[in-house]
Amino acid sequence: MTIGVVVFPGSNCEHDVVHAIRHAGADAQLVWHRDSDLSGLSGVVLPGGFAHGDYLRTGAIARFSPVMREVERLSALGTPVLGICNGFQILTEAGLLPGALIANRDLKFICRWVEVEVVDTQTILTTGMQPGQTIRIPLNSYEGNYVDPSGNARVVLRYSDDPNGSSDRAAAIANPAGNVVGIMPHPERAVESILGSSDGLAMFQSLIAASEGARIA
Amino acid sequence: MNVTVNITRRPEIADPQGKTTTRALHDLGYSEVRLVRVDRTIHLEVDGEDTGSVRARVAEMCEQLLANPVLEDYEIVTP
Repeated sequence: MTIGVVVFPGSNCEHDVVHAIRHAGADAQLVWHRDSDLSGLSGVVLPGGFAHGDYLRTGAIARFSPVMREVERLSALGTPVLGICNGFQILTEAGLLPGALIANRDLKFICRWVEVEVVDTQTILTTGMQPGQTIRIPLNSYEGNYVDPSGNARVVLRYSDDPNGSSDRAAAIANPAGNVVGIMPHPERAVESILGSSDGLAMFQSLIAASEGARIA
Repeated sequence: MNVTVNITRRPEIADPQGKTTTRALHDLGYSEVRLVRVDRTIHLEVDGEDTGSVRARVAEMCEQLLANPVLEDYEIVTP
């Protein structure tokens, strides 16, 4: 079973994500943003970075990359789609998740470990985790401040403190079906104790479990 | 045809940049400043003679790419 990891010009976390998926027990394959054929894959990850230089707005140009038409189609069919950091920004720009991400409340680039609490365990990211469980993973972003004027976002993870001003302290949100998730901190940087925490591993195991049987035709 | 578009953040959306700039102006002694909003202006050079149809096309561009409807409003200032 293979999960696709999309590479946009300016992505910079794709190899970490591939490593994390393989470490969690599945295969992963890089997919160029101009490819629009994802057949044979069972899930898609949009990794962190600065896709298309983050020009105009973060994710604004990446959402029109050819691969995104297929991601949009598959997300409606229930295929697991995970956006991490910049990938989260791309999913909101694409309208696959509600709300948007703006500059951090204190206008600082935040690069530190954060504690997040698991709120919703019925998503591709958190299956098998316990509600109320806390995990430690690194946060690494400037536009990490989640705003949701609709107030309807389905919060998956919540920061224990309030690092960036996100509404409802949301660190990860899901679409109503739970198959599209955006997460601002980086679980792929916390999959082995040598990295300081292996708390992120359970999220990749969850993604893999959700992707079983979701092979894209 | 030269087209100018202003992209403004909706008043109900937090504007950390405007807030920080307000604070900096206060620190410089400009205590009369009550609010700063930092918006964006986009200039386009567009082929076309008919103002109405150019404006309509640019409005489409704003809806699709140049502005994020969740956060921002746009206004075509010229022509």
